[in-house]
Amino acid sequence: MRLLNRSAGRLSRHRRGKVAGLVLLLLGLVLSGSLYAALSPATAENTDTTAAEVEKGRELFLVGCAFCHGENGEGVSTLNGNQIGPSLVGVGAAAVDFQVGTGRMPMSQPGAQAPRKDVVYNQEEIDQLAAFVASLGPGPAIPTEADYSTADLTEEEREAAIVRGGQIFLTNCTACHNFDGSGGAMPRGGYAPTIRGVDAKHIYEAMLTGPQQMPNFANGNITPEMKRDVIAYLEATEEQPSYGGFGLGALGPVSEGMFAWLLGIGSLVGFAIWIAAHTTRSKKEKVEA
Amino acid sequence: MSSDTSKVASSNGKTAATPSKPSKGGIVANWADERLGLAGMMKKNLRKVFPDHWSFMLGEIALWSFVVLLISGVFLTLWFKPTMAEIVYNGSYDQFRGMYVTEAFASSLDISFDIRGGLLMRQMHHWAAMLFIASMMIHLLRVYFTGAFRKPRELNWVIGCLLLILGTLEGFTGYSLPDDLLSGTGVRAADGFIKAIPVVGSYLSFLIFGGEFPGDDIITRFYIAHVLLLPGLLLALIAAHMLLLVYHKHTQWAGPGRTEGNVVGFPMLPVYAAKAGGFFFIVFGVSALMGGLMTINPVWKMGPYDPTKVTAGSQPDWYMGWPDGALRIMPGWESEFWGHTIPWNVFLPIIVLPGLMFTILLLLPFLEAWITGDKREHHLLDRPRNAPTRTALMVSLMTFYGLMWAAGGNDIIAIKLHLSINQITYAMRVLVFVGPAIAFFITRRWCISLQRHDNDVLLHGYETGIIMRSPEGAYAEKHLPIGEDEAYALTARDREPDLETIETEGDPSDDGRAAKLRRKLRALWYADNVQKPTVTELEASHHHDEAEHELAGALDGHAVDGHQFDGMHPVDDEPLRDKH
Repeated sequence: MRLLNRSAGRLSRHRRGKVAGLVLLLLGLVLSGSLYAALSPATAENTDTTAAEVEKGRELFLVGCAFCHGENGEGVSTLNGNQIGPSLVGVGAAAVDFQVGTGRMPMSQPGAQAPRKDVVYNQEEIDQLAAFVASLGPGPAIPTEADYSTADLTEEEREAAIVRGGQIFLTNCTACHNFDGSGGAMPRGGYAPTIRGVDAKHIYEAMLTGPQQMPNFANGNITPEMKRDVIAYLEATEEQPSYGGFGLGALGPVSEGMFAWLLGIGSLVGFAIWIAAHTTRSKKEKVEA
Repeated sequence: MSSDTSKVASSNGKTAATPSKPSKGGIVANWADERLGLAGMMKKNLRKVFPDHWSFMLGEIALWSFVVLLISGVFLTLWFKPTMAEIVYNGSYDQFRGMYVTEAFASSLDISFDIRGGLLMRQMHHWAAMLFIASMMIHLLRVYFTGAFRKPRELNWVIGCLLLILGTLEGFTGYSLPDDLLSGTGVRAADGFIKAIPVVGSYLSFLIFGGEFPGDDIITRFYIAHVLLLPGLLLALIAAHMLLLVYHKHTQWAGPGRTEGNVVGFPMLPVYAAKAGGFFFIVFGVSALMGGLMTINPVWKMGPYDPTKVTAGSQPDWYMGWPDGALRIMPGWESEFWGHTIPWNVFLPIIVLPGLMFTILLLLPFLEAWITGDKREHHLLDRPRNAPTRTALMVSLMTFYGLMWAAGGNDIIAIKLHLSINQITYAMRVLVFVGPAIAFFITRRWCISLQRHDNDVLLHGYETGIIMRSPEGAYAEKHLPIGEDEAYALTARDREPDLETIETEGDPSDDGRAAKLRRKLRALWYADNVQKPTVTELEASHHHDEAEHELAGALDGHAVDGHQFDGMHPVDDEPLRDKH
């Protein structure tokens, strides 16, 4: 009987060892700890630094933002119900990174639209502000480079991504931002700004958060891959040479018409005057007519 | 005719003049003439005289850009595929590879990227089209402002107007062919315009598109209109326009030796053959430079048309800009009758207004002839200032056009000048009515004061800028008489009827509404006009000059610096101002 069940007996002997339970517990703890470290969200990694960041961000917020957005980012309303600054609860870190990272915030004056201008905070301060606003309520996080980069795609995949991105761009973006991303007009003095010369990260954040009059292209609507494809298309068209010559502002037929009249007709009328002024004569010297 | 004249002396030389050995060219010309009999016509027309002035060459820009259009257009037809059949794009533009597009769009991309010189030709064709219509318009303005549309040239004015509208249609069909985003948006808009016509609109739309928009016929249909129907009509009308020009002979500016019965200028061969021929190469060169250096309609950025897509800055080409502007500023009025909507906001600005404006344009010569009652032939041109009401009328029409045109670019103006598109729209709604009225008033008064200035120059001479001090110590600017040629040109215009004669002329008992209106308009047409000085006035002013001369006679022999220019001393080698 014992001969038949030799191997079983050996294993069970260890299982019943005094330290077996302790070893198993340790193994489980190490495994779950390292798995958590590997798979958990990146922000959770530095929990204690985040708390410090939030605090620093709050101090910056109180100085630079609270006047319009309220001390706790709850927004400030005027007596007749308009807003001085909207509530920032739930806008997420991405919105802060976009608005402050492109210089739109802090606003220098109220107006139809907050224009893009020189950035007043450095990236570290922007991150602290973003951390504070993110702590007010759940919202989209700042995208990482992996979200909008096509570096990890093969050549063929990238080409397919660019073609897809072009179609998404032409369907969703050109109506306001123009076919070449040169920008367009919005009601009451607002405008869709140019998206040429804008960082890929900020384009991604704009799609994600829908700043100002822009609609919010949530991930359920336009997936992160589609957002990446749009950016890939924009980068591809920005890199390509200007095949037709000077782009004339890439504004469409209005600037073309202006050049046709000023340059085209202007020079041709000039030539007509020149031809008429040089009339036939029989002597070499100019004859006073 | 056939008698041998080779031995007849044609000189006083010692040997009889005999024709030398005929040149090779002569042999060919003779061969051709014996079969075609063109020598008589050529002899007459090669020496045909045209007057010389830069403004007479504006129509030529239109003619030559049309030739550029024909040449570059033929090139494009060799590769363009006018069908809306869907294929997979596999050309060399990466961003669209593998997409389903129409053959029209794919071949436009092929012309742009895969056919040598194709993009240059496409852009040249488009730029030349812009120049074609623009030059027709400045030519029209020249003809109108100088009164060259008057009898006997009214029908040529009508032909010119038809050319303008056909050119616009030709441009629109061409704009629609590549099937890119702008093309399709334009065609979509046109579909809406057609559907806005009450009662027949939707039937017309279905007829044109072969069913509901977009269907799959429209590009093929536009193509045949663009390459056959419209160019054929344009060519025929251009031929008629130019035949009439030859038949009527060219108008000319008034001047010594130039009358209503002659044309003073240079012959066709060699002078105008060289000038006009050279101008063709200049127009070709300017179109080629523009086509080579300036992007126009980058179809690869626009992408293929798809009814779900649109781009900011969707505008028609410039010549359709003004009805687009009217459409943009029109308030959103519509009414409903028995379940049918009449969209006044589309119908009025885009169907009624262009039709109305075009009718006004066509009728301008007849309208003016009716008001002025002028039934004479005119071959001498008017200076614009000498027809203040006519000039003001066109400037006010131009102002209307220009404001509507600007309204068509309201979005681009808004973003480039940091304005609110709403405010631009509101301002334009007022300005399109007020602006032309202000422009009319200012232009008219401006012309009248220029006429007054002409009279001053005639009667008192031009201002020399020299201040003379009289023996009594008074200061006065010295005026010197203008040259005879200049005086001739200034006085070469008709005396206009004055208001008293207008009120009493014709049949005063004719109290019909038309007659009354005509009398009223005629009074307005000539109101405040400035007549040229009469002979008596001119002579009186000359006597006055002589009297002044005698008064200043004391200065004779005492000329000091500057005084040699007082108009009483010979200053042969010291011209006060350059002769022109």
